[in-house]
Amino acid sequence: MKRRDGRYIFVAPAIVLLSLVTIYPAIYVFILSLRRKMLIFHISRFTGLDNYIFLLKDDRFWNALWNTVYFTAVSVSLEMLLGLGIALLLNRPFAAKGMVRAAVLVPWAIPTVVSARMWEWIFNSDFGILNYLLGMKINWLGNPSWALHAAIFADVWKTTPFVAILLMAGLQVIPRELGQAARIDGAGAWGVFRHVTLPLLKPVILVALIFRTLDAFRVFDVVYVLTGGGPANSTETLSVYAYKVLFQTLQFGYGSALSVVVFLCVGGISILYIKLLSGIRA
Amino acid sequence: MRKTLFYSVLLLVVGYCCGPYLWQLITSLKPDGELTALPPVFPERVTFSHYVSIFRESRFFRIILNSAAVASVTTVLSIVIGSLAAFGLAKLNLRRKGVILGFVLSVSMFPPIATVCPLYLVIRALGLRDTWWGLVLTYTTFSLPLSIWTLTGFFARIPDEIYLAARVDGCSPFQALCRIMLPVAAPGVFTAAILVFIFAWNEFLFALTLTSTTASRTVPVAIALFPGLHEIPWGDIAAASVVVTVPLLALVFLFQRRIVEGLTAGAVKG
Repeated sequence: MKRRDGRYIFVAPAIVLLSLVTIYPAIYVFILSLRRKMLIFHISRFTGLDNYIFLLKDDRFWNALWNTVYFTAVSVSLEMLLGLGIALLLNRPFAAKGMVRAAVLVPWAIPTVVSARMWEWIFNSDFGILNYLLGMKINWLGNPSWALHAAIFADVWKTTPFVAILLMAGLQVIPRELGQAARIDGAGAWGVFRHVTLPLLKPVILVALIFRTLDAFRVFDVVYVLTGGGPANSTETLSVYAYKVLFQTLQFGYGSALSVVVFLCVGGISILYIKLLSGIRA
Repeated sequence: MRKTLFYSVLLLVVGYCCGPYLWQLITSLKPDGELTALPPVFPERVTFSHYVSIFRESRFFRIILNSAAVASVTTVLSIVIGSLAAFGLAKLNLRRKGVILGFVLSVSMFPPIATVCPLYLVIRALGLRDTWWGLVLTYTTFSLPLSIWTLTGFFARIPDEIYLAARVDGCSPFQALCRIMLPVAAPGVFTAAILVFIFAWNEFLFALTLTSTTASRTVPVAIALFPGLHEIPWGDIAAASVVVTVPLLALVFLFQRRIVEGLTAGAVKG
C-alpha cells in the first residue's frame, strides 16, 4: 500500500476483525463439510462430498428445508401485511404518538428467547390464556399440525414492529401533496393507496422484505425455545436441525454440510432480491 | 364515529404489541395455586414470591452481571472500531469505499448457524470458551456491520466543510474525528450504541454454544434453560422474564425516536 494511504488505517481494525471472526469461519465451515469430524472420538478425516450425498438422501433434511421455506413464506407475508397496516395507521396524526410508537417497539426489544417463553405459556394447552379466551382445548405446541403455526405466530408478533417502523419511515418521505392531488383528481382512498402510495413505497417494501426473508430463513431462537423442533420434527427448521447435529450429536462434518446449505440458500435469496431491487431503482 | 373507529384500532394494535408482555407480568404476580386456574385472569392475591425466589438464587445476579458486562464492553468496542471505520468511509474519500461497504453488508447477511461451529473451534483453541471475552469478541464483530452502517450515515450528514476546517486548523484526521466529528455526531453515536447493546443483550445462538456454566452464561441462555425438575416453574420464569426485559423497555420508552431513526437510517435513503 502506498504511503499516502494511511487513511486505510481507520478501516483496518474493522476489516481485520470481520475477516478473522466471520470470513475465516465461513471458509472453515466449507472445509469442515468435506470431512467426517467427531471431536469426542478424535475422528477427523477427509471424505469429499460424502456428507452432501448423505444429505440428499436424508429425509430429516428435506423435512427441515420444507419447514424453513414454509415458515419463511408464511411469516414474512403476514409480517408485511400487518406491518403495512400498522404503518398506515401510525402515519396519521394523533395524540400521544411517541408513546404508541414505543408500545409498538416493545416486541422488537424483547429478547426472542423471552418472547418464546412467553408464548409457550400463552399456548399452554391446560392453563394457557389463549385456549381460555377461545374457549377451546387445542394442544398448540403438542400437535404437529398446529406447532409450526404457533411458532410462526410468535415470530410474526416479534418482528412485525420492525417492518412497521421501516414502512412508516418510507411513508413519511412521500409528500402529502401527491395524495391530495390524486384526491382532487377524483381518486378514492383505495385508489390513492394503490396508485400513489404503494408504488412510491416499493423500494422500502423490498428492503424490509430482504431483511425479513433472510432473518426468517435463518430462524433458530424462537423454534429452539418454543418447541425444540418437535413434536415429531414438525417444527424443525434447517438451523435447528444443523444445531442439533453439530452440538447434540457432535457430528461437526455433517452439521457443517447442513450449515453450508443454509449459507447457500441465504446467498441465493440475497442475490435474487438485489437483482429485483436494482431493477426497481433503474 | 370515524375517530372512535381509528382509536379502537389503535388500541387493538397497542394491545396486540404489549398484551403478551402484560400477561407475563400478571403471571409473575400470581401465587402458584392461581397459575393453574383460569379464571381468574387477574390475581386475587398479588404475590412477589416469584421475584423473591429468583433473587434468592445467587446465580441470577451472576447471569445478569454476565449479560451487563458482555453487552457493555461489546457496545464500547463496537462503537470505537465502528466509528473509526465509519469516519474513514464517510470522510476520507477511500477509493474502495463501495467495495468495503458491500463487504460489510454481505457479512451481516451470514447465517449465524454457518459460522457457529468453526467459531466454537476457534474460541476453544484460544481458550476463551465459557468466558466473557469469547462472547465479547464474537458480538463485537457481528455487531460491526450494524455500527458501521449507522455511523457512516450519521458522519456523512456532517458537512465536509466542518471536517476540512478542523484539518486546516492543524488537526490530524484522528484528532478531527475525536474533537470535532464525534461530538457533532454524538446523538447518532448514542443511537448506534443502543442498537448494539440490545443486540448483544438478546443474542442467543452464540451464547448457547460458547458458554457452559454460570461463569459466562447470559440472560437469554439462562431463560431458555430455566431449571425445572418435575414441572416447569411458570411463575419464576415469568418473574425472570420481566426483570431481564426492564432495561430494554426503559431504553425503548426513553429513546424510541432515536431507535426508530437508527433502524431506518439506511433503509429509506438506500
